[in-house]
Amino acid sequence: MASSTDLVFILVVVIDLFLLASSRLGAAIRTVAIQGALLALLPLLLVREEHALGHAVVLAMGALAVKGIVIPRMMFSAIREASIRREMEPILGFVPSMVVGGAGIALAFAFSSRLPLPEPAHAFLVPTALSTVWAGLLLIVSRKKAVNQVLGFLVLENGVFVFGLLLSEVMPLMVEAGVLLDLFAAVFVMGIVMFHINREFASLDTEKLSALKD
Amino acid sequence: MLLRTLFHLALLVALPPLLLGVVNRTKAIFAGRVGPPLLQPYLDLAKLLRKGAVYSRTTTWVFRAGPVIGLAAVASAGLLLAMGGAPAAVSFAGDFVLFAYLLGLARFFTALAALDTGSSFEGMGAAREVTFASLAEPALFLCLLVLARATGTWSLSGMLGEGLPGAWGGAAPALLLAAISLFVIALAENARIPVDDPNTHLELTMIHEVMVLDHGGPDLALILYGAALKLFLFAAILSRLVLGGSGSAAVSEVLFLAGLFVFAIGVGVVESVMARLRMIRVPQLLVGASVLSAFALVLLLR
Amino acid sequence: MLLVILAPLLCAAVAFVVPSGRRRPLALLAGAAAHAAGVARLVAAPSAPGPRDWLGVDALSKIALLTTTVLFLAAAVYAQGYLARRSDRPNRMFVGGLLVLLGAMSAVALSRHLGLTWVAMDAATLATAPLIYFNHNARSLEATWKYLLIGSLGIALALLGTFFLALSGAAPGGPRSLFVDELVAAGPALSRPWVRAAFVFLLVGYGTKMGLAPLHAWKPDAYGEAPGLLGALLAGGLTNFAFLSIVRVFQVTRAAGEDAFARDALVGLGLFSIALSAVFVVGQKDFKRMLAYSSVEHMGILALGLGLGGAAAAGAFFHSMNNGFTKGVVFLSAGNIHRAFGSKSTDDVRGAARRLPLSGPLFLAGFLAVTGSPPFAPFFSEFAILNGAFAGGRFLVGALFLAFLAVIFVGMGTTVLAVVQGEPSRPAEPGTRDSWLTAAPPLALMLIVLALGLFLPAGLRALFGDAAALVGGGW
Repeated sequence: MASSTDLVFILVVVIDLFLLASSRLGAAIRTVAIQGALLALLPLLLVREEHALGHAVVLAMGALAVKGIVIPRMMFSAIREASIRREMEPILGFVPSMVVGGAGIALAFAFSSRLPLPEPAHAFLVPTALSTVWAGLLLIVSRKKAVNQVLGFLVLENGVFVFGLLLSEVMPLMVEAGVLLDLFAAVFVMGIVMFHINREFASLDTEKLSALKD
Repeated sequence: MLLRTLFHLALLVALPPLLLGVVNRTKAIFAGRVGPPLLQPYLDLAKLLRKGAVYSRTTTWVFRAGPVIGLAAVASAGLLLAMGGAPAAVSFAGDFVLFAYLLGLARFFTALAALDTGSSFEGMGAAREVTFASLAEPALFLCLLVLARATGTWSLSGMLGEGLPGAWGGAAPALLLAAISLFVIALAENARIPVDDPNTHLELTMIHEVMVLDHGGPDLALILYGAALKLFLFAAILSRLVLGGSGSAAVSEVLFLAGLFVFAIGVGVVESVMARLRMIRVPQLLVGASVLSAFALVLLLR
Repeated sequence: MLLVILAPLLCAAVAFVVPSGRRRPLALLAGAAAHAAGVARLVAAPSAPGPRDWLGVDALSKIALLTTTVLFLAAAVYAQGYLARRSDRPNRMFVGGLLVLLGAMSAVALSRHLGLTWVAMDAATLATAPLIYFNHNARSLEATWKYLLIGSLGIALALLGTFFLALSGAAPGGPRSLFVDELVAAGPALSRPWVRAAFVFLLVGYGTKMGLAPLHAWKPDAYGEAPGLLGALLAGGLTNFAFLSIVRVFQVTRAAGEDAFARDALVGLGLFSIALSAVFVVGQKDFKRMLAYSSVEHMGILALGLGLGGAAAAGAFFHSMNNGFTKGVVFLSAGNIHRAFGSKSTDDVRGAARRLPLSGPLFLAGFLAVTGSPPFAPFFSEFAILNGAFAGGRFLVGALFLAFLAVIFVGMGTTVLAVVQGEPSRPAEPGTRDSWLTAAPPLALMLIVLALGLFLPAGLRALFGDAAALVGGGW
C-alpha cells in the first residue's frame, strides 16, 4: 500500500515537469485534469483512522468533480472559443523552465526531511506539495498565453491542496469545501475574462496586454 | 559460470540482427503489411560482405578506419555488459564510465569519417548527431548513477546483477523513472523515432543515416552490424532493469531473452505510433530525460 | 453581527434581480444604510469574542468597520449620481459586485477564524475583478486580467501560509485549530519554523492584496482604469482589510515569539513601498495612476507603523482610518475630473478648479491631506509613526521616511497643481458639471478628515490604543 502512494506522489511531480515542458495547450489541460484526478485519490490513500474515512471520501469526490471534470471542461471551452492550440516560446524557454523546475523539485525533496513535522506524515507529501507550488509559480510567471497562466494557477492550487492533506484533522470540512469552491469560482471568473480578452484582442496572447505601463 | 559467460558472448555476436528484424517486422505489422522476414538483416549483412567497396579520392585512412573502430568499440562495450544476471566477461569498479565512453568513441569515429568525406550533408548530420549526443550523455550517466546508488556497487556487473531485483523493493519509484529515461536515451542513441527516422531518404532530415551515406560494401556491413549491436546493448540493460528476476539462472536467462524481444517490439510500436519530433524539440526531450533521471537520483540520495 | 454581513449580500441579490437599471443603485443606498446601522450597534455594544466563535468584534474590527461603513455610505450616494450619468453601461454587475464586496469585507473584519478570513478575502477579490472592466475597453480589460491573476496568485500563497499556520498549531500541546484567540493563547507551544514560514507566505499573499511593493504591479493598472468610485472603495476599503488580515497573523506571530523577524520584514517592506512610490510618482502624467502609487505609499506607511510597534502602531491604526477617508476624497474627485475632461493625463487636463468648482479644489485639498499636510488628520497619524520611529531609536528609518514623504509631496504636487490650476484646456463634456450627488460625498469625507485632524474624539483615540495593545503597542 505504501508503494502505491509513493507512486501517486511521484506521478504528480512528473506531471509538473511535463507541464513545464509542454507547448500543446490541449495536452496541458488534459494533463492538469489527470493531476487533479490523482490528487482526488490521495485523501483516500492517506486516511489512517476509521472516523476520518467519511471526511476523506467527501473531499475526494469534491476534488475529483472540481479539479478533474468541471474546471478542465471550462478550460477546453475557453480554448475552443479562441481556437488556439499552441504556446509560442515563453518568457523562460521550455528547456530552462524544465531545468529550473527540476532544480526546485530536487531542492524540495532533498531538504524536506529537515522540516520538523509535528505529526508523522508520508515522506513524499511535503516535497511534492512544495514542488508543485514551485512549478505552478514558474508557469504563471513565465507563460504568455492567458490559458497557460490559468493552468499555472491551477497547478499552484493543486500544490496547496496536497499540503492541506497534512491537516485533515485540524481543518474543518467547511474550510476545505470553501477552498474548492473558491478555486471553482476563480477559474470561472478567469474564463469569463478570457472570453472578453479573446473578443477584444482576437487572441489570448498576453503580450498584447502591454499597453499599460510606466 | 564460464558456460553462462560463453552463452552470453554467443548471444552478443549472433542476436543483434534478429532484434533489428523484430523491430522492422513490428513496424510492418502496424502498417498492415506482411513485412520482411525476421532473418532479413542477416541476409543483408551477407550480401554486403560479398560486395566490393569504392573509396573516394578525397577521403583518407580515417574514412576506412571509421566503421572498423566503431564496431570494435561497441563490441568491447558489449564485453563489459552484464547480461541475464550473470557477471560480464570483463568487469571492474567504475566500468560503466568506460562503457559510456566506448560508445562515445564509436560515435566520435563515425562522425570523423563523415567529416572526412568533405560533403556538406555528412557534416550537417555529424553536427546534429553530436549535439544530441551531448545532451543524451548526462542523462545516461545519471541513469547509471541511479542504478549504482540503488544497488550500492560501482560496476555494471553489480548494477545489473544479483542485487537489482532486491533494489526494486526499496527504490521502486526511482528505478521506474530511470527506466523511462533510459528508454528515451535508447531511442536517441540508436537514431530511432522520435529523434531520427531510419527510413527517411531525404538527406536534409537525416541525422544518423546521412553520416554513413558514403560507405558501401563491407564497410556498410560493419556499420549496420555495429548499429544492431548498440541496440542490443541498450535492450540488454533495459531488459535486466525492468524484467530482471531473481532465482535460478534458467529463469533469469529466459526473462532476459523475453525482455530483449519485448524491447524490440516496444521500439517498433513507438516508431509506428509517433511522428518524428521537430529538431528544436529534441533537446527538450533529452533535457526532460535528464531532469527525470536527476529527480530519480535525488529521490535516492535523500 | 450577522446583519452586517448578510444585509449587503441580500441587497446584492436584490440588485441582481431588479430589472430596472435606474432603480438599481438604490440597492446600494439600502445596503449602505443597513450596514451602517449594524456597525453602529456593534461599536456601541462591547462584546468580547468568546473562544471557538467564528465571528467576533474587537478593536481592530471596529476601526475597519467604522471606516468602511462611512466610506461606503459616501460611495453609495456618489453612485446615485455617477450611475445615472453612466446609464449607457449596464450596471447590474457593478451594483451587485459592490454590495458583495461590502459583505465580504465585513466578514473579514468580524472573522475570528483564519480560514474564514481567507475565504472572505478570496470572495472579495473575485467579486471586484469584473467591476474593473466597467468601462469595457481594452485597457480596462488588461487591468482586470492583471488584477485577477496577481490577486489570485497572492490569495493562493496566502492559503499556503494559512496551512503552514495550521501546521504550526498541530505541534504537541498546540491548539490544533485556526481560531486566532486559540493560536494567540497557545503562543510558545506553536512550532516556530512553521510560524515564521507562515508569516512570510501570509505577508506576501495578503501583501499582494494590500499592494505592498514589490507585489503592487496590478495597482497602477487597476486603479488607473477602474471607475473612481471603485478605486475609492478598493484603495480605502479592501486594502485596509488586507492590512487587518496581516495584523491578525502578526498577533499570532508575536505570541509565538517570532515578532523580531516579523517586525523587520514589515519595516523593510514598508520602507521599500514608500521608496518605490516616491520613484514612480515623480513625473507621473496619468493622475489616476498617481493615486495608485499614493495608495502603495500609504500601505507602506501602515506596514511601517505596524513593524515599528509602540506608539507607531497606534498611529498606524489611526492612519488606516485616515487613509480610508482621504482615498475616498481623492478618488471620487479625480473621477469627476476625469469625466469632465474625458482624459486622465496632465497633457490634456488643466484648470479643473474652474471647470468644477467643488471637485477641483477638493482634489487639491485631498492631495494636501494624502501627503500629510497639517491640519488634516493624516499629518497627525504619520507624525505619530515618525515619533515612534525616533523614540525607538530607529533614526535611519525615520529619516528615510521623512525624505521619501518629501519627494512624494513634490512629485504629486507638480501633477495635481498642473491639473487643478490654470484655464480649462478643453470644452466641457456635456453633463459633467458638479452636481450635489457627485460632489457632496467627497466634500463630506474631506470635512471628516479635517475634523479628525483638528479634534480627535477620546473614544476613537482609545480605540486606536486598544488596537495597538493587541499587537504589543499603545499610546
